[in-house]
Amino acid sequence: MSFERFGKIGFISETKVASFVKHLEDGKIMATRCSRCGKLYFPPRADCPDDLSTDMTWQQLSGRCKLLTYTTAHFAPTGFRDDVPYTIGLAECEEGVKVYALLSKDIDEKEMRIGMDLQVTPVRLPNSRITYELKKA
Amino acid sequence: MGVAIVGVGQTPFRRNCGINIRELCFEAFKEALEDINLAPKEIDASVVCSAPEYDKQRSPAGLISEYLGLASKPTLYAESLCSSSSTGVRVGYSFIKSGLHEIVAVIGFQKMSEISSAEAQERMGRGADIQWESPFGTMMPAGYAMFARSHMHKYGTTEGQLAKIKVKSGKYALSNPLAMFRREVTLEECLKARVIASPLKMFDCCANADGASCVIMASEEKARKITDTPVRVAGIGAASDTLSTTSRTNLTGLDCAIQAGKQAYKMAHIEPKNVDVAEVHDCFTIAELMAYENLGFCKPGEGGKLIEESQTYIGGEIPVNVDGGLLSKGHPIGATGGSQIRTIVLQLQGRAGKTQVGGAEIGLVHNIGGIGLYGNVTILKR
Repeated sequence: MSFERFGKIGFISETKVASFVKHLEDGKIMATRCSRCGKLYFPPRADCPDDLSTDMTWQQLSGRCKLLTYTTAHFAPTGFRDDVPYTIGLAECEEGVKVYALLSKDIDEKEMRIGMDLQVTPVRLPNSRITYELKKA
Repeated sequence: MGVAIVGVGQTPFRRNCGINIRELCFEAFKEALEDINLAPKEIDASVVCSAPEYDKQRSPAGLISEYLGLASKPTLYAESLCSSSSTGVRVGYSFIKSGLHEIVAVIGFQKMSEISSAEAQERMGRGADIQWESPFGTMMPAGYAMFARSHMHKYGTTEGQLAKIKVKSGKYALSNPLAMFRREVTLEECLKARVIASPLKMFDCCANADGASCVIMASEEKARKITDTPVRVAGIGAASDTLSTTSRTNLTGLDCAIQAGKQAYKMAHIEPKNVDVAEVHDCFTIAELMAYENLGFCKPGEGGKLIEESQTYIGGEIPVNVDGGLLSKGHPIGATGGSQIRTIVLQLQGRAGKTQVGGAEIGLVHNIGGIGLYGNVTILKR
């Protein structure tokens, strides 16, 4: 299982947390938790710098989160130019970690509010790629 | 022993400059050595600064050092994105302070037209964490726009207040012959401009440019022999923050700027209110507004009020970016920090012409790399 199918455009193929993609295909948003200090990481990390531990366990997130901030981009880098305008958001999960993702296109810009409830949701893309986005809760 | 700046230079910042990077650097180097008593061969070492994603030349330090006649002396490359040349000044400071070298040239450059716009678009997409954030199509304006949105939500900052920062920039750029955009912009034009990344519109954003800058640094002992008007580096601070947005806790300010500022103030034994003139990193209007707050020119949340009351104009509490700032000068990444330092050095030497802040004795430079990723604050004293 390689990581290279993650996202509309991917830049990374090899990573110790590649199984994140497999979990995503199973409909799960997974974080990692350091077995030694207990710190929760999302996006998942394979290594904890606080105690130099590589002993991490996967933990599923509920996906429930609140929007912290967002922007609607009208200009885009390579690979995203046909998608504009699209809205990028930063949300805080109920577990305390943050998620950076696109807001679902079915949320109207006028409805967007800082503090609104959202749900991190796996989304399948063309060419058997996969990602997650922030949908209405 | 202290460290001083004895010479500064800068090319015009412009689109498609039509010359190569070595020639750009030479222009800035030549201006820096004009009117001072220093032969190029007396320079002990050089630090060459740019953001490598725009360079075709691999390892530009060797090339630039040769073209400036500095070959045989040690040279190296310094990079921290948009704050590369402030990082270069930090390296130069350390070289001199350690006693390794007495006179150091810091040359910053960027020829952003070196690569095609398609190549630039592609690189733009890789400025964030390429594993977890770039796959969502982010870029610099979007990153700063998220701070703007958050600032507006928390403090009630308005698009009009952001626009007023660009209005100020346009006014002062008229007096800067090296600026790329030299025209005034009305508040209405700013507010009606097309959206780039909401709530940021076209005039909230700086533009890519080609250009170079040069800062010549020397030990204070050497400096006195080189010029009658050395400018002392009184404080120098630097910090970094996380690249990933998900690891940030402060979404209404840049913690790396706050930290770098605190270090620089402490080292210079001054407080924010003692600064007579400042250059801050206004790659976007919101970046200047956050800088007011992060540097302590006003309290958190009061940046909007500060520009509303015109306190950052000449004659106000703290004149900021009276050379037009990045918003009007353009932003040739690796050259920007050196250009900001040049402006403050000219101010402290009383050579700033129409935009001279009367009696300026203490100046501050705030130069940020990335979206609050690398923070550099340098305090200069006459």
